[in-house]
Amino acid sequence: MYLDVDATKCTGCRVCLTICSLYHFKEINPKKAALTIDATFPKPGKYEPRVCNQCGICASVCPVEAISLPARPQPDQAVLAGDARSGGKEGAYIIDSEKCNGCGECVRECPTQVMFLHEDSSVPIKCDLCKECIPVCAPGVLFIKDENK
Amino acid sequence: MFAYGGKILRVNLSNDKISIEPLPEKLVSDYIGGRGFSARILYDELKTGIDPLGAENKIVVASGPLSGLFVPGAGKLTFASKSPATNSYGDSNIGGHLASEIKYAGYDVIIIEGISDKPVYLYINNDKIEIRDAGKYCGKGAITTEEMLKRDLGKEFEIAVIGPAGENKVKFACISHDFGRQAGRTGIGAVMGAKNLKAIAVRGTLSLKVADPDKLLEIGKKAFADCIKHPAWKLWLDQGTASVTNWSNQQGSFPTRNFQSGFFEDYQKISGDVMLKETIVNNKACFGCPMACGKYARTRRNNKEYYVEGPEYETAAMIGGDCAIGNIHDLTYANYICDELGIDTISGGSVAAFAMECYEKGIIDKKDTGGVELKFGDIRAFEHIMNLISRREGIGNLLADGVKVAAEKLGKGSARFAMHVKGLEISGYESRRAPAMLLSYMTCDIGAHHNRAWAITHDIAVGRDVFAGKSKRVIELQHIRPIFDMLGTCRLQWVELELSLDYYPQLINVTTGRNYTMDELLHSSERVWNLNRLFLIREHKDNFGRHFDYPPARVYENGVQTGPTAGSKVKKEDIDKLLDEYYQMRGWDKNGRPTPEKLKELGL
Repeated sequence: MYLDVDATKCTGCRVCLTICSLYHFKEINPKKAALTIDATFPKPGKYEPRVCNQCGICASVCPVEAISLPARPQPDQAVLAGDARSGGKEGAYIIDSEKCNGCGECVRECPTQVMFLHEDSSVPIKCDLCKECIPVCAPGVLFIKDENK
Repeated sequence: MFAYGGKILRVNLSNDKISIEPLPEKLVSDYIGGRGFSARILYDELKTGIDPLGAENKIVVASGPLSGLFVPGAGKLTFASKSPATNSYGDSNIGGHLASEIKYAGYDVIIIEGISDKPVYLYINNDKIEIRDAGKYCGKGAITTEEMLKRDLGKEFEIAVIGPAGENKVKFACISHDFGRQAGRTGIGAVMGAKNLKAIAVRGTLSLKVADPDKLLEIGKKAFADCIKHPAWKLWLDQGTASVTNWSNQQGSFPTRNFQSGFFEDYQKISGDVMLKETIVNNKACFGCPMACGKYARTRRNNKEYYVEGPEYETAAMIGGDCAIGNIHDLTYANYICDELGIDTISGGSVAAFAMECYEKGIIDKKDTGGVELKFGDIRAFEHIMNLISRREGIGNLLADGVKVAAEKLGKGSARFAMHVKGLEISGYESRRAPAMLLSYMTCDIGAHHNRAWAITHDIAVGRDVFAGKSKRVIELQHIRPIFDMLGTCRLQWVELELSLDYYPQLINVTTGRNYTMDELLHSSERVWNLNRLFLIREHKDNFGRHFDYPPARVYENGVQTGPTAGSKVKKEDIDKLLDEYYQMRGWDKNGRPTPEKLKELGL
């Protein structure tokens, strides 16, 4: 299960980045969000949102094993009811900030370049599948892909 | 200071002095932000009678407290200055991603003073501020320069830039940003050009703190949901403001052939529906906007592809209708020309239409135009005249000062159809059968601009021939709508998606931790309106009077030629009646000056 995009719909409004930082850090800063949008203007005039597909490469390259896929929650602990700040959702690789040594290896190795370092913290910012961005994305770019379904 | 950056960045281009000042508490509490800030700062800091294109003029770039926050449409920024078009307070707001980026760099306001002795651009990367050489960007188009600067500095920089028209001090030169957003009105691009300031490039990585983040999350989510579920949302996403073109023609309010008519026979060839089929490649939003009214488009001409955002409704009206360019590909190309040259499509369209009518009437001829037949409907003629204007070459030099000055110089009765109020060209609504809209243009504080009070829907609702009582709604709108410019948000979520006004005091209170009521916001907005009136009076004290608020003679001399409003014109005495009622309701005297009691009430 991971966040996926229909890039053709993206309008570049950055609401997803805004809510991501507000939800996770209680402040507003698109540069502290776990997704990003590339814009190619003036030609061909497209937006390319990039999001984490939970491929787990970050976990495999982490030298201190700070990134892991927590055990699958029980079905009644549905993802929407949870609190991302308490430690992630079904299908999300999560960084243990106690273990993380801030080496940045995961950020460098991320194939989609959607792990971010910000000067405020040594722990990278990574999508925890909180899904807060989905309903506020007006054009409907963001959705959950569940390959088991 | 919650929600605000808390700082003013002041840059003097004459002596390269850069300073950072705290945002004064009194300015925040009385003027909120955005256009409130710029009005107060310019009133206080500019000497009376200065040359708008001289070293003493200043440019104020002001975001609002909601700019850059989790609020629908929170991407608006005000550029303000003493306008070279009106010789009074002028401002223009711009969307895109500049307001938010300035806030993330830690500033609310940038004040630009002086004149650089060589072309420069202002580089802002959080607290690293530099005035950099702009030699390599000189003479380049606005779109081209933005692309070059992004390549040179990095894509994450947000850029405000002028084109050749701004460099050559064309009095309706705009400031461009985000490949299609413009601070179009009142000629502030010319002020940038006069200062030798080609661009402003901003990058910010700081966080904005708000008083109650959980509450903002809750209210913000609700506000976004309200926008998205509105029945009109899909049409706005698909067509943006171009969806207004059909409606406006059906109302007979579409400026056509220099406001000779209010109906363009080819409107269906330039409407939003046609754009969807022919030109639109993408929907493009400003920061935080759920409706994405920007329509990014592509056209082809002489085997070359051109990309441009638009045409928006105003461009469709002022170049499509007013210059009679009745083909969507020609119109898209015309939009591209203006954007690349850095010309406001509203005033630019009006100036071209004025010149075309002068040509039609024999006031100017081929000798003046460099051999070109300056006919309505001819895209090549339009391109030719825009190029001359942007270089101030030949008749372009005369037209580059706007229709008011051009008509004064040309004479031969051309002032009667120079469509402006106070020196600012009238934007895209024919209003001879819409008294509230007409009054709105007459009394707008920056000259004839629609966005302070888009009152035409009120005319349609209560009667298009009714004059009495129209002032009330115009004044209400003139107070409500500028609040968005003060908060740093777009008004369209409220206007078009009926997002409740109740959200705004809530949003400002949970983000700033202050405690405003809607009435207090309105009071503050009225204060700004009156302050701008005082600016106008101060600049023209010897000859100030109600004639400043009169529309051009065409409004009462010529009936609309065709369409649903055919034959409509307004009697001069009705124009005075409109003003009498308006002044009285505002607490102004018969000459349109705020009374001492009104100023006292507003704390001015």
